[in-house]
Amino acid sequence: MVELTINKIKVNAEEGMTILDAAKKAGIAIPTLCHLKDLFPTGACRICSVEVEGQRGLIPSCAYPVSEGMIVDTNSPRVRRARKTIVELLIENHPQDCLVCVRNKNCELQDLSAQYGVREHRYAGEAKEHAIDLSSPSLERDPAKCILCGRCVRVCNEVQNVGAIDFTNRGFQSTVTTPYNKGINISDCILCGQCILVCPTAALREKSASKEVSNALNSKSKYCVAQIAPAVRASLGEEYNMPLGADVTGQIVTGLRRLGFKKVFDTNFAADLTIMEEATELINRVTKNKPLPMFTSCCPGWVKYIEHNKPNLLNHVSTCKSPHEMEGAILKTYYAKKMGIDPKDIYVVSIMPCTVKKFESHRPELSEEHLADVDAVLTTRELVRFFNMAGIDFADLPQDNFDNPLGESTGAAVIFGTSGGVMEAALRTAYNMLTGKELEKLEFDDIRGFDGVKELSIKVNDLQLNVAVVNGVGNVAKILDDVEQGICKYHFIEVMACPGGCINGGGQPIHSKPEKLMKRVKALYSIDSKMFHRKSHENEAVKTLYKEFFVEPNSHKAHEILHTSYTPRKK
Amino acid sequence: MHKQIFEKYPPKDKSVLIAILQDVQNHFGYLPETELQEVADFVGLPLSRVYGVATFYNQFRLTPLGENVIRVCRGTACHVSNSANILFNLESALNVKAGQTTRDKKFTLETVACIGACSIAPVITVNEDYFGKVAVKEIPNILKKYSTPKK
Repeated sequence: MVELTINKIKVNAEEGMTILDAAKKAGIAIPTLCHLKDLFPTGACRICSVEVEGQRGLIPSCAYPVSEGMIVDTNSPRVRRARKTIVELLIENHPQDCLVCVRNKNCELQDLSAQYGVREHRYAGEAKEHAIDLSSPSLERDPAKCILCGRCVRVCNEVQNVGAIDFTNRGFQSTVTTPYNKGINISDCILCGQCILVCPTAALREKSASKEVSNALNSKSKYCVAQIAPAVRASLGEEYNMPLGADVTGQIVTGLRRLGFKKVFDTNFAADLTIMEEATELINRVTKNKPLPMFTSCCPGWVKYIEHNKPNLLNHVSTCKSPHEMEGAILKTYYAKKMGIDPKDIYVVSIMPCTVKKFESHRPELSEEHLADVDAVLTTRELVRFFNMAGIDFADLPQDNFDNPLGESTGAAVIFGTSGGVMEAALRTAYNMLTGKELEKLEFDDIRGFDGVKELSIKVNDLQLNVAVVNGVGNVAKILDDVEQGICKYHFIEVMACPGGCINGGGQPIHSKPEKLMKRVKALYSIDSKMFHRKSHENEAVKTLYKEFFVEPNSHKAHEILHTSYTPRKK
Repeated sequence: MHKQIFEKYPPKDKSVLIAILQDVQNHFGYLPETELQEVADFVGLPLSRVYGVATFYNQFRLTPLGENVIRVCRGTACHVSNSANILFNLESALNVKAGQTTRDKKFTLETVACIGACSIAPVITVNEDYFGKVAVKEIPNILKKYSTPKK
């Protein structure tokens, strides 16, 4: 422990701690821009500058360790002036279009400008001009709004291990972009949107589908239906200042009905269906000596990652469509037939915590005779904007239930939204399929939590089933190498591209409250524990669906409608 | 051919990136896109990072040079002698910006900080030839001299 003085307050800090963290501990806020928790500091933006007695220049507090007897001033006139100048210079090279910006009122640059009282343009001069990259169906990149903090670059490189974007050129021409500035859709970007979550401005944002959805809702010939993903219900309340981890399922259903959706379904229904198909596929692979291990296919970001990086291992990826695509496929086949609606008139909108799902819904593999399974994908953030525009006072909405039969679900489905959830749900059902018995304890604590790779070994009959859960696509490289060399001991591996799973997806509300992930996960597990049915094979609606339509899991018809194929992509 | 370049270096070692890029450029005269991907795979870095390095340093070129390289001195003495006007006129005459190559691959136009011939400012060089005290009206003739095919 060392003792130092910050703003005349005595502070005890651990050795090796940065001034920034020590100050935070003492309740002294220092602004940051390039700083990313848990990653090595770069000290690029200088906004966290402080004065340290005995040092000539200002010190970047995010990268400077504390020492015994150090005297720090985080709020001297010199510090304030320096910070204000940094903000002013950034602003002058930034489009002045806050009023029409998607991040208006949720922008770190805007906040800093307000905090340091910038009231005039002192440095008016040349500003950079860049074209907006609209090439991808998921993301938009607006380099003019980029303040070059480098957070997206580091998340992409160091956390996700994708490295689709980096700094190019130098000085005034410097910009964050893809190789040869070719557009994000051509790069090996997996569109996970983690960069959006860390972007302080609107330089990275989702490609909005609001217009298409709005048009469909206003069209007389379209039968608009919505489905919501498990992770959305645990996070949407945050945008309305509700406590972190509030379960707002009922309000979302009401809100969607008021927006004009004829029916509101639950993606969880299809999640249960996914488990039936995926568990059956796993058992087939184990018993019939087909390629093992099997990877989950629920996460389109992960699927795109393996398509780019290890296309030779695509036969290890489960052929199941992701849940919202299954839901869409069933809506346009089984449901359309049952209700007597022309599938061409059904317009399926998925409300997802995810940006890759937008890309996924455009995949040609996921359509039947040019009829896409899912027509449009809205992220959590876009839905909130929809609610606001429609004058829906979300906090006071009454609760409502999903429509049936595609709205019924079990506890196993709701935990799809968190890392380890798909695996846990699959084990609950696979165990029953193989042994005919039910598990005594449904919770698998080994594969819950935020570790990079979680493993579990479970005895099923004579088989010792080894499974692993990869939390964040940045942790999957070693496992892929092992699989390639044939030394992987696992049978079944769940991979989620975003760290923490869908609850931390690229379409989720943007803020930096540190305990948001914990609370969202807790919300999902709590919904699961309160459910009467907690195993996918107990879902009555799924049972009926098999009886009336698919006969059995992995049947020929199921393969036609619920399974898909993958495309090797150039790296 | 570039396989021989790689032989000199240990694989998956990112510290050799710049040295490899220099070798590739020496071999090809510039950094071709396909080679850049191979370099990225060899050193174990994403293509975006390699491209970032290649665009950061002035010594690396991503496009091949033209047949003739025109360098306009933009040093202090030449600047005082209005070399900006010379550059502007060359850009207009060739229809490229500084750093670019004409479509017919005849000329590459570049600027340099100072070529140490301040007494005859403003100076431009074409390949190995020096042109001192250049006047705007001489530019068409200079260009003509180099655009006629060599025998």
